[in-house]
Amino acid sequence: MNNIIKKFIPQILAILFVVLIFGFLTMNAQTNMDNRGIDFGFGFLSQESSFDVQFSLIEYSGSDSYARAFLVGLLNTLLVSFISIIICTILGVIIGVARLSSNYLIKNSAAWYVEFFRNIPLLLQIFFWYYAALRALPLPEKANAWFGVTYMTVKGYYIPAMVWENLNIFLYCGLAAIIAIILLRNYANKLRDNEGKQIPVLLYSISLLIVLPLLSFLFGGVSLGFELPELKKLSKISYIYEGGISLPPELIALVLALSLYTSTFVAECVRAGIEGVSKGQKEAAASVGLTPNQVLKLVIMPQALRIIIPPTTNQYLNLTKNSSLAAAIAYPDLVLVFAGTALMQTGKAIEIVSITMLTYLSISLTIAAIMNWYNKKIEIKEK
Amino acid sequence: MFKIIKQLTSLVAMFAVLFAFSTETMAAKKSKTLENTKKRGFVRCGVSQGLPGFSNADESGNWTGIDVDVCRAVAAATLGDATKVKFTPLSAKERFTALTSGEIDILSRNTTWTLSRDADIGLTFVGVNFYDGQGFMVRKGSGIASTSEFKNGTSVCTNLGTTTELNMRDFFDSRGISYEPVVFEKADEVVAAYDAGRCDTYTTDKSGLAAQRTKLSAPDDHVVLPETISKEPLGPVVRQGDSVWEDIVRWSLNTMIEAEEYGVNSSNADMMKTSNNPAIKRLVGAEGELGAAFGLDNDWNLRIIKQVGNYGESYKRNIADTGILPDRGPNELWTKGGILYVPPAR
Repeated sequence: MNNIIKKFIPQILAILFVVLIFGFLTMNAQTNMDNRGIDFGFGFLSQESSFDVQFSLIEYSGSDSYARAFLVGLLNTLLVSFISIIICTILGVIIGVARLSSNYLIKNSAAWYVEFFRNIPLLLQIFFWYYAALRALPLPEKANAWFGVTYMTVKGYYIPAMVWENLNIFLYCGLAAIIAIILLRNYANKLRDNEGKQIPVLLYSISLLIVLPLLSFLFGGVSLGFELPELKKLSKISYIYEGGISLPPELIALVLALSLYTSTFVAECVRAGIEGVSKGQKEAAASVGLTPNQVLKLVIMPQALRIIIPPTTNQYLNLTKNSSLAAAIAYPDLVLVFAGTALMQTGKAIEIVSITMLTYLSISLTIAAIMNWYNKKIEIKEK
Repeated sequence: MFKIIKQLTSLVAMFAVLFAFSTETMAAKKSKTLENTKKRGFVRCGVSQGLPGFSNADESGNWTGIDVDVCRAVAAATLGDATKVKFTPLSAKERFTALTSGEIDILSRNTTWTLSRDADIGLTFVGVNFYDGQGFMVRKGSGIASTSEFKNGTSVCTNLGTTTELNMRDFFDSRGISYEPVVFEKADEVVAAYDAGRCDTYTTDKSGLAAQRTKLSAPDDHVVLPETISKEPLGPVVRQGDSVWEDIVRWSLNTMIEAEEYGVNSSNADMMKTSNNPAIKRLVGAEGELGAAFGLDNDWNLRIIKQVGNYGESYKRNIADTGILPDRGPNELWTKGGILYVPPAR
């Protein structure tokens, strides 16, 4: 009895405390809003937003609702986070491995890279990439074609748009290739376990991934054309490219800043992970006759990944949250569009800020859930 | 005899009740914001982060501008000293929250008076100290002379959280022109991006364009187009729920405008006490008890005129002499062809 009281009383008190604080905050906000004649409610979400957004992944205009404007901002946030996470992972792995290189030049350049980019505040880096790059880039009419068809200008990066015919057949072929690869891997594992034979799975997988979609071009009636950006005159001295896809400079600057900054932290996680696997493991693996490739793939990496994944998850979460600095350089992310313009036009501060907070929380929890699932998958399974 | 005494006592009681009632209403007249301001010793005023002519700080942190002068007038009226103001620079995005949350007591930050702002978000607009309208600035070399020459794909730089964003959409949508809005949180960032060639045009209130043009690397290469695409009456804002404070701010502004109308300025205000015109005498506190209506002494308006000056002086000092907008346009008195017209102070 005494134990139960000891166990539960503090917990009940803690819960009570939290509830009281929340209650007080709600009451306080309620009375103050009443005093100032501000209504609380989410009805505004279905009202017409009547403002436009620079860059959107879905159809959107000022006659759409605030809810749709929210979606536009959310998708832009996800887009910039997704691209940056991929780039920072690739960069981070390369730099992290480079730091362990025995080559003096590679090792030290990597170390310099890490020290430089992680010690400058992110906001400054964003401003640097935006304003410095913006000032250095040419006006549309003066831009040189890169690879003949893409143009890097002060108004954005213009690339050719792909025009597909029978895109669905191409996608089915891609899907078929992926299924074939999974089946092949299962078969190869069985073959290795039962008969001790090894087949080069990676080589076969890559060929499958290339050959099957290629077949769709030859026999499936799939064709791919390109729509090239073309220069168009707006006035005597201002030009713009039309056609193709335009990536706004705000997006490019933000992706650059976020991925370069976060890649340094990922690089340190990777280095720590690899260094965390004891030397004896490598030597033991070599002594039982595994090739260096097999040592890396079967012994080192599985152990290193277990150390790398949890802190890298943190970096991905940080990156996503840092993407909210977008507002500083006019990239229309969730904070700029919803917690910025929409908040100003409706005046619904409490509602909009809480929706925005909940959204970031959900994005972070989703990323964490995916990474935890992956971590579970690769952790030591004791038999 | 007994009857008379009884009647007398009931009369006394009646007076007592009446008196009690009148002190009650007097007490209700008290403004909490005014009390707190007096206790604090300074007026808390929200201004812009730097808009020459309206609210701008110099190197040593002295604020000047016509928006600044409204707050100074309130400080002169309530505290007797126009310098007792604490200025809080706010972005367009922060301004209303700062006011409704009680961080500032007056928002004097080139803010457009609109129905939804006035009715929806717990604010009250007290008047207009500058009649403005939205315009566009373009590069001279572009050859664009009118907004009708904008083509599809025009990129437009502007500020976040303003009526500008809405007007811009109305303007381009009604003409069926597709455009690219590039929206920044701070005015300086808009100027930098436009200057770098990110945008073909920069849109905001015309007074703002005139002021920001001075910050460009080559101001003479840019021109403000003649069209005005919206009405932008700019004025000071207070929180809803303190009608006395609202009146103090409203009549501080009105006093400045009316003083100009009657030719009372900072140098002749004292002499005007002996004027023959009762309207002028009321304006300098020599007649009537105008201050008592909001719990101030009778010299409140004289102090405004002496320490801050009338509207014309403020305009000349901040906007005309700095070369921003030498022509007063609609911001001229109604007696001189403008639309500045305030209710009489009596």
